[in-house]
Amino acid sequence: MSASELTPTIGLEVHMHLATRTKLFCGCEVAYDAPPNSRVCPVCLGMPGVLPVMNEKAVELAVRMALALGCTIPDLAKWDRKHYYYPDLPKNYQISEYDQPLGVGGFLEISAEGMTKRIGITRVHLEEDAGKLMHPEGKGNYSVVDLNRTGTPLLEVVSEPDMNSPDEVRAYSTALRQLAVYLGVGHCNMQLGQMRFEPNISLRIGTGPDGNPRYTPITEIKNLNSFRSVERAVAFEIARHREEYEADPKGYTQERLGKQTRGWIDDQEVTFLQRSKEEAHDYRYFPEPDLVPFVPDRAWVDEIRASLPELPEARRRRFIDEYGLPEYDAGVLTADREVADFYETAARLCEDPKAVSNWVMQDVSRVLNERKVGMAGLPLTPEALAELIRLVRAGTINRNTGTEVFNKMLASGKSAVKIVEAEGLAQTSDAGELETIVEKVIADNPGPAEDYRGGKEKALGRLIGEAMKASSGKANPKVVRDIFVRKLRG
Amino acid sequence: MSTQDLTACRTRDAIRRGELSAAEATEASLAAIDRTDAKVRAFLSTVARDARRRAEEVDRRLKAGEMSGLLAGVPVAVKDNMCTADGQPTTCASRILEGWKAPYNAHVVERLLAEGAVIVGKTNLDEFAMGSSTENSGFEATRNPWDLNCVPGGSSGGSAAAVAARMVPVALGSDTGGSIRQPAALCGVVGMKPTYGRVSRYGLVAFASSLDQIGPFGRTVADAALLLQAIAGHDPRDSTSVPEPVPDYLATLEEPLKPLRIGVPKEFFGEGLDGEVERAVREALGVYENLGARLVDVSLPFSTDYAIATYYIVATSEASSNLARYDGVHYGYRSSDHADMIDMYMRTRAEGFGDEVKRRIMLGTYALSAGYYDAYYKKAARVRRLIRQNYEDVFREVDVVMGPTTPTAAFPLGDKTDDPLTMYLCDVYTVSCSLAAIAGISIPCGFTKAGLPVGLQILGNVFSEEKLLRVARMYERETDWAGQVPPVCEGRG
Repeated sequence: MSASELTPTIGLEVHMHLATRTKLFCGCEVAYDAPPNSRVCPVCLGMPGVLPVMNEKAVELAVRMALALGCTIPDLAKWDRKHYYYPDLPKNYQISEYDQPLGVGGFLEISAEGMTKRIGITRVHLEEDAGKLMHPEGKGNYSVVDLNRTGTPLLEVVSEPDMNSPDEVRAYSTALRQLAVYLGVGHCNMQLGQMRFEPNISLRIGTGPDGNPRYTPITEIKNLNSFRSVERAVAFEIARHREEYEADPKGYTQERLGKQTRGWIDDQEVTFLQRSKEEAHDYRYFPEPDLVPFVPDRAWVDEIRASLPELPEARRRRFIDEYGLPEYDAGVLTADREVADFYETAARLCEDPKAVSNWVMQDVSRVLNERKVGMAGLPLTPEALAELIRLVRAGTINRNTGTEVFNKMLASGKSAVKIVEAEGLAQTSDAGELETIVEKVIADNPGPAEDYRGGKEKALGRLIGEAMKASSGKANPKVVRDIFVRKLRG
Repeated sequence: MSTQDLTACRTRDAIRRGELSAAEATEASLAAIDRTDAKVRAFLSTVARDARRRAEEVDRRLKAGEMSGLLAGVPVAVKDNMCTADGQPTTCASRILEGWKAPYNAHVVERLLAEGAVIVGKTNLDEFAMGSSTENSGFEATRNPWDLNCVPGGSSGGSAAAVAARMVPVALGSDTGGSIRQPAALCGVVGMKPTYGRVSRYGLVAFASSLDQIGPFGRTVADAALLLQAIAGHDPRDSTSVPEPVPDYLATLEEPLKPLRIGVPKEFFGEGLDGEVERAVREALGVYENLGARLVDVSLPFSTDYAIATYYIVATSEASSNLARYDGVHYGYRSSDHADMIDMYMRTRAEGFGDEVKRRIMLGTYALSAGYYDAYYKKAARVRRLIRQNYEDVFREVDVVMGPTTPTAAFPLGDKTDDPLTMYLCDVYTVSCSLAAIAGISIPCGFTKAGLPVGLQILGNVFSEEKLLRVARMYERETDWAGQVPPVCEGRG
């Protein structure tokens, strides 16, 4: 089989910090900017004699995410200990979920390369994060550890190996992040390490003599912390697998080599071998005896299910159907839940959903970007914007004046109607008044007037501009245009 | 009768009536420790100055009417695997925690302090509570007050010996497979393992989390009841502690249980049981018959041989995990001589842990390893459920189950240290109760010809502590084993 026929088969494990105020098993605050080891207590330090107490909010958020991914919430989930020795893990075991996670069997719909596709979700489970080990440079042969992060609630979402390209991996990663943020499950700030990726990659070689598909060895890449790095690392591995397979088609197979763990060097954009199959850890999982199993109350699960907002993908499709928006607009507006809510409230108060989309995507977005704030930081209600848009649609003010009024609304907090009234910004459609202005403009600009008479369409724009200026922007440009046309070509 | 011969109940009553002060009771306890502990070695640390200060505070608050605690002014000893933030170390009798001072109090320690108790010291144990003789202590071996050449049992040997030698009226121990009941039997005192979940484990340094349970030692049933009253109850910091209401144990203590059906399992009277122990236990059963109880032959087929095997898989598996944290990184002992991080881990643990702890970590690590988990841990978990089922079936027919606490009386120091399997069999009658998570108590029921105490074990269903205490008290009223004084207290021995 030629290398071009090898199909990449990719699954993803994604870790997300949950948006809880406190850690998973103790009352310590989850903080990202606190001085090292200032958000710790005997419990998260793993001192002798301490016991974990499950953070109920973390469980609720995990169930929320699992439900949004269409997972089943089993009747019983249990906690397990996963053992490995590392100085950032004070107990030398991590409390996680091994064989009975709290969510199983869902999917996430993604759009990549112009197609939509369902990526299966194998499982969703809750576990604790470890601390951070740091190696001070030039300070001798030692390391220091910050345990502020130890015990931070971590949600792990494991996908089926349903992705076939780096593009799909990126689409899946961004969709998962968008969903978590939408649901309020996590903040997923990449810079703070609130979201981390571990892709599993192998290439499908074809079918073996037994009729089952054959694969190149599975590579797991550890701890990628940006969309860019996960996409590039996957692309790198696909290329590397192709080369390895072409060099040794008989030897480079999963049966022979199993699974290996690789790391990613971000600035060189290469992966390197960390562990081969022989060095695989034995985590000695066993049920955590300090915690009681999680037996979800069905009514509670139903309540969470009922409280789920409309999910981004469904909302995007509804915006296209209900408001007749272009795909692009619907995608932009639904990327952020607050923006989508704002849009929808305004759109329902106007006759023109596309106009509202333009306003939100242009004027509102510009302000959010300039001020570096989210929708909550915008001193403007969707009702106020809708009123402004209605004034433009009714011809009371023109679009340019609209932007001017918009800025004044933000600055003063006054309504569009009040600003237009107070400043006399309503545009003039009074034919008599406009006729006088047009005649004066023609008299003052004989050149362009002649040009337009002679067939130069462009000259009309210049004349209208002059007329607008003469009216201090209040003239209704459509009426002005009609008068010019009548007078010069009529 | 001198002050240190008073029971906890009498000490408390005398203090309440103003006939005795907390300071006097504390002085009597400290003096007894001074006099006796050089021989018995029950304590790993004592805090005379803090205890005196604490006693004065209790007296002051009693006088001011600010205190009505259950244990106001009563001296108490605490096994050194429970965290105390009073500046005393919490060592678990292990070199790996030598000098480690807990930054927080265990739930039971908080309870003791809230009830006005005066903690006089921390008692010796087998390292990390792993053992049946207290010889596995990383620091010293405790002696049996009835015969200083014999072991006090274990792992709570220090607490049992401290109570038996009248250095304190009551003490806390912890029981994982018999670590309260077995030393209670060997030292001739009352010791109770409450139902799993009855007492919070928060601050008890874990050996085997699904089995560990804190309980009281006293010379009398009433003292054990008093101490249990102070520590029992739900604690949100321990997810396995049960929000079951705590009855007033002392209120019903003198009410005999009638009718009383006693299950006598044939498996508890089989091979390996010492003749003198059997005779004392049978005589005790006779006393109950005379009191109108009916003896019923029952069978607990999984509760001896299988229980020992199951116990040593479950307990060592959990121990291998719980003890992973002692690695020299964050606290406790760290080997000073190491090449790199892995070497530091290995040397720290090799130098810091004793042989028995290492043995159990290895057994547990093996049992949890990939490829062996199903054959060992998983199968043990299934047998554990059968043992629990056994007891549930039996408790449908009888109120309590009785038998010997241990197969033999106390044995000489060094007798079993070279043979771990023989040592493990000391727990043959006590482990099934731990695996079933039910309640059990050991009370004195006589002596061997050599003058060594024998214990009667009484087991009850979950949350049957009140019933067990009443049944134990019925027998205690008919006998005077608690009035016997070990030779070491009389300057002999």
